[in-house]
Amino acid sequence: MKSFFFFLSFLSICSLAQADWHNFRGPNGSGVNPDATNLPTELSENTLSWKVALPGRGLGSAVIVGDRVFVSAASGPDQKQLHILCFSAKDGSPVWERKFWATGRTMSHKKTNVAAPTPATDGERIYALFSSNDLICLDLDGNPVWMRGLTLDYPNASNSLGMASSPIVAGDTLVAQIENDSESFAAGFDLLTGENKWKHDRPKAANWTSPTVLDIGEDQVVALQSSKGIVGVLPGTGSPVFEYTSGASTIPSSAPAGNQLFIPSNGLTSITATTDGAEPKKDWNESAQRPGTASPIVIGEKVYIINNAGVLNCANRETGERLWRIRLKGPFSSSPVAGPGQRIYIFNEAGVGQVVDLSGEEGKVTSEFELNETILGTPSLSEDSIYVRSDGHLWKFGGK
Amino acid sequence: MRTIRQFLRIVMKLLSFFLIASVALSMTQTKADSISDALSQLQAVGPEGAGNKEAAAAWKELTGQGSDIIIPTLSAMDTAGPLARNWMRTAVETVFREGIDSGTELPAEEIRSFLLNRENDPNARHLAFNLYRDVAPDKATELIPEMADDPSTPLRREAVSQMILAGQEFLKKDQKGQAVATLTNALDAARDIDQIEKIAGLLRKDLEQEVDLPSHFGFLMYWDVIAPFDNTDREGFDAVFPPEKEINLESKYKGKEDKEIAWQPYSTSNDYGMVDFNQPYGPLKQVVGYAYTEFDSAEDRAAEFRLGCKNAWKIWLNGELLFGRDEYHRGIRIDQYILPIQLKKGKNTILVKACQNEQEQDWTVQWQFQLRVCDSTGTAIHSTDRKPTPKPEAKPRRKAAEE
Repeated sequence: MKSFFFFLSFLSICSLAQADWHNFRGPNGSGVNPDATNLPTELSENTLSWKVALPGRGLGSAVIVGDRVFVSAASGPDQKQLHILCFSAKDGSPVWERKFWATGRTMSHKKTNVAAPTPATDGERIYALFSSNDLICLDLDGNPVWMRGLTLDYPNASNSLGMASSPIVAGDTLVAQIENDSESFAAGFDLLTGENKWKHDRPKAANWTSPTVLDIGEDQVVALQSSKGIVGVLPGTGSPVFEYTSGASTIPSSAPAGNQLFIPSNGLTSITATTDGAEPKKDWNESAQRPGTASPIVIGEKVYIINNAGVLNCANRETGERLWRIRLKGPFSSSPVAGPGQRIYIFNEAGVGQVVDLSGEEGKVTSEFELNETILGTPSLSEDSIYVRSDGHLWKFGGK
Repeated sequence: MRTIRQFLRIVMKLLSFFLIASVALSMTQTKADSISDALSQLQAVGPEGAGNKEAAAAWKELTGQGSDIIIPTLSAMDTAGPLARNWMRTAVETVFREGIDSGTELPAEEIRSFLLNRENDPNARHLAFNLYRDVAPDKATELIPEMADDPSTPLRREAVSQMILAGQEFLKKDQKGQAVATLTNALDAARDIDQIEKIAGLLRKDLEQEVDLPSHFGFLMYWDVIAPFDNTDREGFDAVFPPEKEINLESKYKGKEDKEIAWQPYSTSNDYGMVDFNQPYGPLKQVVGYAYTEFDSAEDRAAEFRLGCKNAWKIWLNGELLFGRDEYHRGIRIDQYILPIQLKKGKNTILVKACQNEQEQDWTVQWQFQLRVCDSTGTAIHSTDRKPTPKPEAKPRRKAAEE
């Protein structure tokens, strides 16, 4: 009997872990949480669980580990005060806050912010990257594990418009793209010490895209996107295993789905990658399907993009053939997210949350809710809840 | 016999006292050593993640000691690097918060003494102020008016905020004399750009006062410039043109497309010291320009160059390259780049290289920079022979026009 309860507890922990949201756009950077099976079908006062004030602005999403939600922020006249905050998922009560002085440059375009990147987690530690190139690792209780000042180490690694690429954990490595016009690089960091496991020069060009993860056979491959295209690297060593050289956007990131990658490249391009060094197979390209700021998302057999006019476009994942399109209320800086069901969740810059029902022949907006605050960050999904950060607050919908 | 017993009892008591005192002293010493060792470990964090593992263990050791660490840790920030300071800050804030939550007595008066000592690290003092404000909000607020000349910029900001509010109150009541006096004092005290701009706006627009912002900031307004050298394919950034080899303002050189070019005097009346190459040379593309000036320092001293530039740039002080950056058109602001320097007494030479690239968008027209000399708090340092700020109506002079 005791073993049975232990087994149930184990299952419960596994279930929690699987429903977590560990980085920008969740599992593998795809925007889809397959364990978010009980999300609210509408955004409204009825489904709003709580909202809490934040001490500063930020664009980074919340990350979720079990019953805790973590978010970063920056404050002060020159955004030199960095914050990492932990809240209770249940009621939004503060669990802890840690503050730091920025050690790198904090200049950014006024639309963005020093807390633009989303933190990453491996479920044991939080890795928060800021536009100042401060990279800080804390355990889940807020105890510091390591700190890096990447601008102290690499003085010309910065972007006067602001950095925004979010790091991701793959295997036992934290991968981050610190790409800009000058000292541009990507690196893999040891999870326990923050030391470089590898560091590669990258194209000298501003780049706000985030690394994503492809599952290719038994391997995890991190896709590094830039204006030149995509390089797939093994996270532990940084060794390249494939390269796509037809160029790519430097704002919306790609959407991974297994060994397929949907790249904002000459419109939208689908490739299938391998780890044998071969050139990836180009599945299709659709020049008319051009993502705006929002990244594409793959749900089941369909791929969705939102263009700069705020039009949501649905296409066949295997062929790229357009199936339907509808106009949403834009403009969007935030990217769409979804559970395994037939709904997309998206927030526009004016703070209007929208739920798009995908179950019919065409998509249909079934719920709209005005938060009346600027929203530039992408929502995060747990098993039954949606978290989104506005300029002043962190909001939770569902999970009541 | 009784006397002997009494004597022995006294001896025993004394022995016990000394034993307890010695154990207590030893424990205190051990604790102090432990705090000191942990702080040394935090101070030892180095580049590329060196010392992180040891620092994490030391941080736990440190925060395990409770509020006794607050003052030694604040004090240790004086000699700590930027990363170590963050380790220390989180330690101080953690034990302080734990103290508040558990109702433990916190060393409020020691924190106050620390923040009032202007010899201490400016950021550590601001942190101390925030802690003190948490435990004694009214007493902390009473300290603010005395901070207008504080070497800690964030503390000074608190005082300036109050002065701005006071000035605005005088304005509302139409007490212009007091408003001018208060806001003028506020401007003298202000170091943060947003506050300076706000005060200057009130003085100029609402009170019709003259404000010499370039002098307040310490912008360098008088230069000699030479351009255009070639920056085709952005190769001019690395190329070494004659001004990098010698400064001779009488010399003429072959510039882009082999055209002869010469130095010419240039001055700017811009509030923020903008040196605009497009004014004397027109909106050229794929070119390099140099600006040269001299700064007479009253003494050997540490200082800072604070540069803003949206073009690729390099800067030299007394012939030594300080820094260069090959980023184009991502934005410009005051104090975008802060470079610690050492001025020597007397003449110092300053050379700035600004590169314009090939981009044709309307937001890539600018070919300019702004440079000021100040101390680490942002307080202007003036050349001993600083000339009056050019009047706004004065157009930048071109040598040809003068001839």
